Amino acid sequence: MKILVPVKRVVDYNVKIRVKPDGSGVDLANVKMSMNPFDEIAVEEAIRLKEKGKATEIVAVSIGPQQAQETIRTALAMGADRGILVKTDGVVEPLAVAKMLKAIVANESPDLVIMGKQAIDDDCNQTGQMLAALLGWAQGTFASKVEPGEGTVDVTREVDGGLQTVSLKLPAIVTTDLRLNEPRYASLPNIMKAKKKPLEETSPEALGVDVAPRLTVVSTAEPPKRQAGVKVGSVEELVQKLKNEAGVL
Amino acid sequence: MESHDAQADHAAIREAVQKLCAGFPGPYWRALDREDRYPAEFVAALTDAGYLAALVPEEYGGAGLPLSAAAAILEEIHRSGGNGAACHAQMYVMGTLLRHGSAAQKARWLPEIAAGRLRLQAFGVTEPTSGTDTGALRTVARRDGDVFVVDGQKIWTSRAEHSDLMILLARTTPRDACAKRTDGLSVLLVDMREALGRGLTLRPIRTMMNHATTEVFLDGLRVPAENLIGEEGRGFRYVLTGMNAERILIAAECIGDAKWFVETASAYARERVVFGRPIGQNQGVQFPIAQAYARMRAAELMVREAARLYESGAPCGAEANMAKMLAAEASFEAANVCLQTHGGFGFAEEYDVERKFRETRLYQVAPISTNLILAHLAEHVLGLPRSY
Ligand SMILES: Cc1cc2nc3c(=O)[nH]c(=O)nc-3n(C[C@H](O)[C@H](O)[C@H](O)COP(=O)(O)OP(=O)(O)OC[C@H]3O[C@@H](n4cnc5c(N)ncnc54)[C@H](O)[C@@H]3O)c2cc1C
Ligand SMILES: Cc1cc2nc3c(=O)[nH]c(=O)nc-3n(C[C@H](O)[C@H](O)[C@H](O)COP(=O)(O)OP(=O)(O)OC[C@H]3O[C@@H](n4cnc5c(N)ncnc54)[C@H](O)[C@@H]3O)c2cc1C
Repeated sequence: MKILVPVKRVVDYNVKIRVKPDGSGVDLANVKMSMNPFDEIAVEEAIRLKEKGKATEIVAVSIGPQQAQETIRTALAMGADRGILVKTDGVVEPLAVAKMLKAIVANESPDLVIMGKQAIDDDCNQTGQMLAALLGWAQGTFASKVEPGEGTVDVTREVDGGLQTVSLKLPAIVTTDLRLNEPRYASLPNIMKAKKKPLEETSPEALGVDVAPRLTVVSTAEPPKRQAGVKVGSVEELVQKLKNEAGVL
Repeated sequence: MESHDAQADHAAIREAVQKLCAGFPGPYWRALDREDRYPAEFVAALTDAGYLAALVPEEYGGAGLPLSAAAAILEEIHRSGGNGAACHAQMYVMGTLLRHGSAAQKARWLPEIAAGRLRLQAFGVTEPTSGTDTGALRTVARRDGDVFVVDGQKIWTSRAEHSDLMILLARTTPRDACAKRTDGLSVLLVDMREALGRGLTLRPIRTMMNHATTEVFLDGLRVPAENLIGEEGRGFRYVLTGMNAERILIAAECIGDAKWFVETASAYARERVVFGRPIGQNQGVQFPIAQAYARMRAAELMVREAARLYESGAPCGAEANMAKMLAAEASFEAANVCLQTHGGFGFAEEYDVERKFRETRLYQVAPISTNLILAHLAEHVLGLPRSY
């Protein structure tokens, strides 16, 4: 079984992001970038399937600037076998990403695509679903457990109010949720080996995809600053305030 | 606070080390500190991930990386709020064996060291009565057939209880029979697994910070003559050649500490509100942090310069020593600023500031004190009369 894992380069989750003064987006100058955490979980899951003898090859693909190479190398150091970089500059919306992934799927013919349920920068939560629709493949989103069978994969999904298990016919798309696994960190020998693993580069043009944005960002704003709190003297006063001032009761 | 350089320079290694360290947060180090306990779990994780074998050549099973990679690893450990002193020497003490050992010795020990099955992280040089004056050390190794019989005492031999092997410097020719006071010293590789209780006794010393260090008593200890490293009588030179690497790596740890202090202080100063605004809005608070940052960056440049010279094979004694001195001063200045910024809370254990403050202070004294670095620069760079 061959697995394709898309990995996105995003602002590191530890970074306190700042909005650009003109509100056009988030300031990325001199900011630490890392692999989207949900994608790390996807890479980890693919590696575990390979370690269990269920998968034979793992291909990591990233769509982004030249530096997204580093993100692919991280996936290779964790245990992916080779990488594909689709070099783009500027914002690429989920639909364009899904179309490019569709083109890569056509070239690579994976049995399974495991990807993050969303990226922590734009929180779109669309790409996996769009890719499944474009390909006409089954999808198991928000996975907290992935069990491949014979020509199928059982995916346990985290849904409101509990867990749902669906059985998908391969080929299929799986998107990962937080509790699927805990990703490993790369060992030093594997970081060294990753430098020698193949990493090919392609472009949206070569894949025949128009990446021009279809959406316009109207504004970007920081969340309102937290106001200073007040101390209440009693439970009664608290209830009063929640009712009359906060209007939540 | 990312510098472009820091990202480009061994970025993948740095990132992986950060992830490993994230599994060992403040509460882990705090608990160890309180109990004066060795960070066995952390050291095991670093060993398993191959980091401690970074400098061992590939032919012996290590990663064969340049010194700057090891520096990046140690810097990131310290920057994460942790501390590398429990195992940093596993990275570089083997250098003495690598540079001066015989082919047979290297083939016997290095693969085991690279794999982490053997720990060589004890380095017995300092003695209670000679201190910095290494030429005056009194531990004697007397040849008796195919063994050396060793008598004497070492102090501050760190990690000896957590090491299988020790590099030991001892006098093999009496001082008055040597042309120079630093002649007549030899390096022995002591297998402590065999030696403990048979002429080797370790006694832990409790210190200001959590640091596994010991007094070592050598009482008729028999060391096989085949464990002599290099030629008899040239040991001082062998030990010296390893010191530049040690200085640069310790300096990198100090840079990591300084970054942690500056980042921690800045974060606190942004959040802490008294007199109706963040304390960091006062120049009296922000200037010292900015000053500490600038000093750290200047020291970092010297550390990089020393590493660059080291890697090119050029002489780098002055730069390695200056790097250690400047980085240790920068880290302690940053520590002090961080503590002051935290006001009373800096003294509370749960902020980790007081622990890191105690830890980073060491590096102005060990492995070489500031005065001796200045004496070295005065003599060897400035051509002033030798003062020591
Ligand atoms: C926690 C810890 C771990 C250590 N680990 C190791 C280890 O693993 N292996 C090892 O071999 N050693 C180790 N050391 C020893 C360390 O290298 C020495 O403490 C250090 O070199 C200073 O030597 P000393 O303590 O004997 O001080 P001294 O030599 O007694 O010096 C005391 C003070 O006098 C100053 N001084 C001395 N001579 C002069 C002079 N001529 N001019 C101006 N000033 C002078 C020094 O700078 C210093 O400030 C460790 C020390 C500590 C504290
Ligand atoms: C061991 C210990 C014992 C103590 N014992 C007592 C006790 O018995 N009784 C008691 O009441 N208190 C006690 N304290 C509290 C002590 O008095 C306070 O910690 C101290 O006054 C500082 O206040 P803070 O910690 O809230 O720091 P903060 O007020 O938060 O100040 C943090 C830092 O910001 C600086 N800063 C703040 N505002 C400005 C400004 N406008 N301009 C420039 N710099 C500024 C401060 O100088 C400090 O460096 C104790 C503290 C400790 C650590």
